[in-house]
Amino acid sequence: MKRNVASQLLASILVNAVYAMKNMPVMLINTLLTPFSFLIVITFISRGSLLGVAIEGALIMTMVSNGLGLQGDLSHLKNDMKLQEMVVGSPTSATIYLTGMAISELIYALPALILLAILAVLFLSLTPFGIISIVGAMVMIFIVSVALGFFFSTLTADVIQSFAFGGMLSTILSALPPVYYLITYIPMPFRYLAYISPTTYAAEIAQNAAGFINISTTNLVLDWSILAVFAVVFLFIAIKKSRWVDI
Amino acid sequence: MPEIICKNLSKRYDKDRLALDKINLSLKLNGVFSLIGRNGAGKTTLVRILSTTLLPSAGSAYIDGMNVMSEAGKIRERIAVVPQEARPIGWMTPKEMISSYLMWRGFSYRESIKRSEEALDLLGITKFANRLSQRLSGGTKRKVLVATAIASDADIIFLDEPTTGLDPISRGELWDLLLKLKKTRFIFLTTHYLEEAEILADRIGILENGKLLSVGNLHELRNKMGYPYSIKILGSVKEIKINKGRIVKGRDGHTQIFTTEKEARRLGSILIKRKTRFSINPVSLEDIFYYFTKEEVGEES
Ligand SMILES: Nc1ncnc2c1ncn2[C@@H]1O[C@H](COP(=O)(O)OP(=O)(O)OP(=O)(O)O)[C@@H](O)[C@H]1O
Ligand SMILES: [Mg+2]
Repeated sequence: MKRNVASQLLASILVNAVYAMKNMPVMLINTLLTPFSFLIVITFISRGSLLGVAIEGALIMTMVSNGLGLQGDLSHLKNDMKLQEMVVGSPTSATIYLTGMAISELIYALPALILLAILAVLFLSLTPFGIISIVGAMVMIFIVSVALGFFFSTLTADVIQSFAFGGMLSTILSALPPVYYLITYIPMPFRYLAYISPTTYAAEIAQNAAGFINISTTNLVLDWSILAVFAVVFLFIAIKKSRWVDI
Repeated sequence: MPEIICKNLSKRYDKDRLALDKINLSLKLNGVFSLIGRNGAGKTTLVRILSTTLLPSAGSAYIDGMNVMSEAGKIRERIAVVPQEARPIGWMTPKEMISSYLMWRGFSYRESIKRSEEALDLLGITKFANRLSQRLSGGTKRKVLVATAIASDADIIFLDEPTTGLDPISRGELWDLLLKLKKTRFIFLTTHYLEEAEILADRIGILENGKLLSVGNLHELRNKMGYPYSIKILGSVKEIKINKGRIVKGRDGHTQIFTTEKEARRLGSILIKRKTRFSINPVSLEDIFYYFTKEEVGEES
């Protein structure tokens, strides 16, 4: 039979985003609220001066947390439902499953992204190039998070492992990097630590694009290159090294 | 005729224990093959390896000439699996669950909905079509999963304990369905209900401790056992000399003798003379299962 790839992608989107939100509306509230918690806190303690940075931070963070969210979602489907086993033993390849599920996380993030985009238009002054830069950084960091999330989900056999992997990944991708504030706030030797995290490069690109910091063209190119390398390497690992078939 | 072939197929999860021990098997890809065996015998392990979701540790396996390791992609075009511990996704309805699975298989949305409605109807669970799965009973959840495989285009279907948790009527209904289905598709089924294997299976495999003890249809298994008749006596048989056969302590105070037809006749006439109450029957699958998997109680003579 001729298999419809669009259908195969849509299946993941329906299962992990559309049906989840339609049948369990509480998830919709969650996805809307989460990005705003930090935004509000940072804005208040900076007496409003960091509002713009925090909006950008929330945009980046929404991509990271929904990308990493894939790890928890897929671990649950794999270990508690044995769904992955049904999918592995079917014509759906790992790449199609990963792509569909990645899109599902984006759709799940859509309500928050729309609200944040409105705030960005209202409170940030962006050039067209700035907008492209921010969206590009968001896409890159999403690829990194989704790839890592997928890879680690295939290694889990139990929900406890999934919690552990989730905690580790979110420390590296969301706690360590200066997303809601400027990287210049971090004192010098520690700043290098932040550069371990791919998110730092995305944040730096976004903050530069909105004019909150000024980095040299060389550094900007370097940021993009490093981010691209992270994305390509992790995507390669996700597709080639994931444990799709159990050992 | 296409086949499933296993050559010295072994699986070792941990260092000290083999879950599958050099399985050699060749099965025509038609009808129902039923794998029976005690808990931990290795049934699920074999199902998972053949359905390309688990790697073997040694040996090889082929489905219609395709290697389960190097040609898994091609095999996956043809198979559908319902794992032993699978559950429908709680936040979805049975219709959403079945149709999503079909979409993963590459059916259009419309075709998937149509096929899922038909499958729900076949399994008699149309009235639950739009209820969240988390609110369904255990047996209905099981039926939803079986429906995914039945609704699919797969011509090789792996069902790992599909009827566990089904009430006797539902089980009978599923049997009827599988009997129809097996005319056009191959079904690899594991079960703890020996009656189910007897009714559905064209061939039966007995797995014990990772070893495939015997394979064949009921008639062949009886012959392999060597004793096609079973005599059941209430009480003991101490005073009777048995020339040929095996004595097993029955499960309900009976003594059971597996023996040949000739010996069964001889013993029968002795028992009649002694006015002992007894029954003679051809051995059932249950007898065969006990014979192959349980440690011996009586001695063979
Ligand atoms: N993931 C695993 N890791 C380690 N050992 C395992 C794993 N899965 C199964 N085993 C072991 O392999 C052996 C065979 O298990 P398997 O699940 O194949 O048995 P089964 O015949 O399906 O049993 P049941 O009737 O209880 O479903 C058992 O000893 C089991 O403990
Ligand atoms: Mg099992």
